[in-house]
Formats: sequence, C-alpha cells, structure tokens
Amino acid sequence: MIEVEDLEVAFGRVKAVRGVSLRVAEGESFGVVGESGSGKSTVLRAICGLAPISGGRVRVAGEELRKTARSAEFHRSVQMVFQDPYGSLHPRHTVDRVLSEPLAIHRFDDREGRIRRVLEAVGLGPSFRFRYPHQLSGGQRQRVAIARALILEPKILLLDEPTSALDASIQAEVLNLLDDLRARRGLTYLMVSHDLAVVAHMCDRLLVMSQGLEVETLTRDALRRRDATQDYTRRLLAASEGYPAQETP
Amino acid sequence: MTELLKVEDLRITFPTRQGPREAVRGVSFTLGRERLGVVGESGSGKSQTGRALMGLTPPPGVATAKTLSFDGQDLRGAGKRQWRALRGRRIAMVMQDPKYSLNPVMTVGRQISEALGRVGGLSRREKRAKALAMLEAVMIRDPERVYDSYPHELSGGMGQRAMIAMMLVPDPDLLIADEPTSALDVTVRIEVLRIMDRLVSERGMGLIFISHDLKLVSQFCDRVLVMYAGRVVEELAAADLASAKHPYTQGLMRCTPDLDHDLRPLPTLRRDAEWAK
Repeated sequence: MIEVEDLEVAFGRVKAVRGVSLRVAEGESFGVVGESGSGKSTVLRAICGLAPISGGRVRVAGEELRKTARSAEFHRSVQMVFQDPYGSLHPRHTVDRVLSEPLAIHRFDDREGRIRRVLEAVGLGPSFRFRYPHQLSGGQRQRVAIARALILEPKILLLDEPTSALDASIQAEVLNLLDDLRARRGLTYLMVSHDLAVVAHMCDRLLVMSQGLEVETLTRDALRRRDATQDYTRRLLAASEGYPAQETP
Repeated sequence: MTELLKVEDLRITFPTRQGPREAVRGVSFTLGRERLGVVGESGSGKSQTGRALMGLTPPPGVATAKTLSFDGQDLRGAGKRQWRALRGRRIAMVMQDPKYSLNPVMTVGRQISEALGRVGGLSRREKRAKALAMLEAVMIRDPERVYDSYPHELSGGMGQRAMIAMMLVPDPDLLIADEPTSALDVTVRIEVLRIMDRLVSERGMGLIFISHDLKLVSQFCDRVLVMYAGRVVEELAAADLASAKHPYTQGLMRCTPDLDHDLRPLPTLRRDAEWAK
C-alpha cells in the first residue's frame, strides 16, 4: 500500500530525512518511533505532500509521488491526523462545518447522513454537531479530527502523534477507537510516535529512526522480547521502562 | 522527619461569569525532606497547587488556606517582601518547558549569576565560579560553553539542566518541579531525573514533583498525592501504587499501554461523579 525507498527530505541545506525505506501492506498498521529531531514526522509529511520529497521514491496505492503535488484521489484516500487537537481545528468553524467542507470539495452525496454516521462512529453524539472547538475537551477534539479524516472514506490514515497531547485516560479511549476503526474498515495506518509502548500497542511492525536515518525495523514480538540489534533501540527500550531503581555506585 | 511545609485546606478560587469556581478545593498535606509526587490529569489542580506554594496564583485567582507554613513561617497573606526573600532563595520552581521559561535574550551564565545575586555578598568572580560548578553538577560536560550560550543555542535537555542549575544554585530548601521532564525525550528524561534525585538526596532538599505520569512518579518519588477535580482523592507511599484503593488511581495505573502486556481494548476510566464530591 505504501512503499518508501531511500526517501530524502531536505529543507535548504538541512537534510531532515537521509535515506529511509519502509513498506506497509494493505490493512497493516506500521509505526515510526524516534526522538525529537529524528525526522519521523517529516517522513509522514513528505508522503502527504507537506514536505518536499528531494530524493528516493514514494509510491502510495500504486501512485508514484513527486515533490509535493498530489492527485485529487490521493487527497481523498489518504488522510492525516495531527498531534495537537487544539491547533488543528479551525477555532471559528463548528464541527458541522469542519466535516462538511471536505465533503463539498470532493463532491460527496448524502452529506447529512455521512456527518451523522461519522460522528456516531467516533463516539460523539449528534449533540456535538453544532459545537465550536472551544466547547469540546481535548479528547473530543481529537475525535472530531479523526471524524474529519474518516468522512472521506480513506484507505490510509497517517497518524502523527495522535494521542501525545492527551491525558492518559483519554489516550486509551482514542487508541481503542483507532484500533476498532481499523478492524471494522480495513484501514492501513502509518503512525508516528515517540512513545514505544503506544506504538507497540497499535502497530504490527515499526521502524526506529534517529537523526534522519533509519536504525532498524522490528516486529511487535521482537520488541516484546527486547530483541533489538542496534544499541540505539536498546537505549530507547531501557529508557521507556521509566526511572530505574537506584543503582549503587 | 522534620516538617518543611504544612498545607491545610488550600483553596484556589477563580471568579467566572457563573460565579466563583474553585480550581483547588481543600488540599492538605505535609512535606518533609522527601520526594513527594503530585499526580492527576489536566485540570485536576496540581499545577495551581504548586504555584500557590510560591505565592504565584495568577490573578484574578485567590488562594486561601487554614495553614500554609514553610519552615515555621506563616505564608498566608505574606507581603511582596516576604515572598521575595523566599522565592528563588529558599523555594525554587522548575517549569515544564525551558524554551519558554528561560530569558531568551540573556546568556545562561548571566541568568544563573542573577539567581545568585539575590543571595548577596558574592563578587562577580565567585558567582561565576559557583555557576560553573553548578552547571557541572547537572552533568553539563562543557560548562564554559553553556555559560556563554543563549537559551536558543541549547537543546531541550541542556536547557532544562541549565534551568535546574539556576534553581539549585542558591541552595533552596524546597524545590517545586512542575512536569520538569515532560517536554524532554525519554533518554534525556532519565538523566535529568537522576540529577534531581542526586541533588535531593545529597542536599536534603524537599521536592514536590508534579506530573501526569503515574508510572514515572511511582518509580521516582517516596510518597504520592493523587488529585482529581481539585481534591486529593488518595495519598499513599509510591511503592504501594500498584495496590491503590481509589478507583481513579487504579484506572490511571491501568489505562496506559504496556510493552509487555497486550490488553485490547485498553481499559478506560469510568468517571464517577462521586469522586469529585
């Protein structure tokens, strides 16, 4: 579904991504993990055209992608959910408007019914339809962002840290929702996160990135067995265990 | 254990159009020379509690308490002068994000020297030596370079260490750390925690560690207050968190995904209106 080969992304002289390859099969959930500055979000942004592809090849659903231009079909079938539900919704648009705009752009029929059904699918009742973002909590906003992505019936969701701005209990709800939607609709996920535990929960396979380079690709089971071949991955694994009990010097 | 801080029935009220709203509703605790964790979700009042201990409740909010004493001093209704004598010198605070809480147009060294200036009686050279020693104590490998750097020239982890250095250089008795590591990468996070841990145990400081990360707090602190809707719903030893009694604490412990266990769907928190009462 998604094939990335030796992807490079350069901003001026700075190379944010320096040769990254990954393949995601249809219906699979694939994760990209790394620390800040590792280029993990840039990979996602390059795929959907928010960052320029300056080297390598990217194919999504058979379509070869150039620099930043994407076809109308791409914009329908690939949707992105961003990290910050406070920044990614227009503050003066109601939920209804947020959801009807993509429908109008892509000339969908039965807008009324689609909005009703998508709100139900993300666990928001019809009472939320005419609210503004400031009348919603963080978790509810992220549900609206997911609804906006889903309303065009995409095949692929690009998830950029979808829960890291949320409280732990809300994170659990959103992760469950994403898991459930993928199972019911056969979606393909490419998810970026700094949190190994979240990625291990959501993804079958994952790529570890550091400083714009790929470190290694692991399956969930290998991760659980702590079966990492690279030092960096081992350090990341150790760090995500939390604060180690006092060592005696 | 000597009692450093005593808080009884702390309330913080903000006026709203619908009348006064209490963000913190009767929080009581005492702190010795130990690491106390304060956990809760956003809006639980944990940060407001921390700020009130510094007299930094943002207006028009008002903090009241039956007792608020620090090392025997009554802080209720303390004037500007009394607060100035305490803040920075005896009570220090580390904030979440060094990008926003360091002065962007002043070098790190000058900011640390300024913190020392309040202590008084030091020459410029002594201040510089002390600042450099402190930067070294927070594991900055090249203190001279960091001393002359501006905050934007430092990485997040480096900036946070510089801030901790600045807060600790006057040798305070109490350190309030409000999500000090949440903006940092996991590998850097542990180094910063280790530094704070060492400084607390070596200097016998009291530490209030405010965080939303229950797992981290259970590993790092001695005792934990769990806050919900402006109240402390449970107080327990950090080691006992796994056997917490309150359903809110239990729910928070369970709802984060865990590398080793595949729980699907993740248990979610069923909020009970009773908890807020």
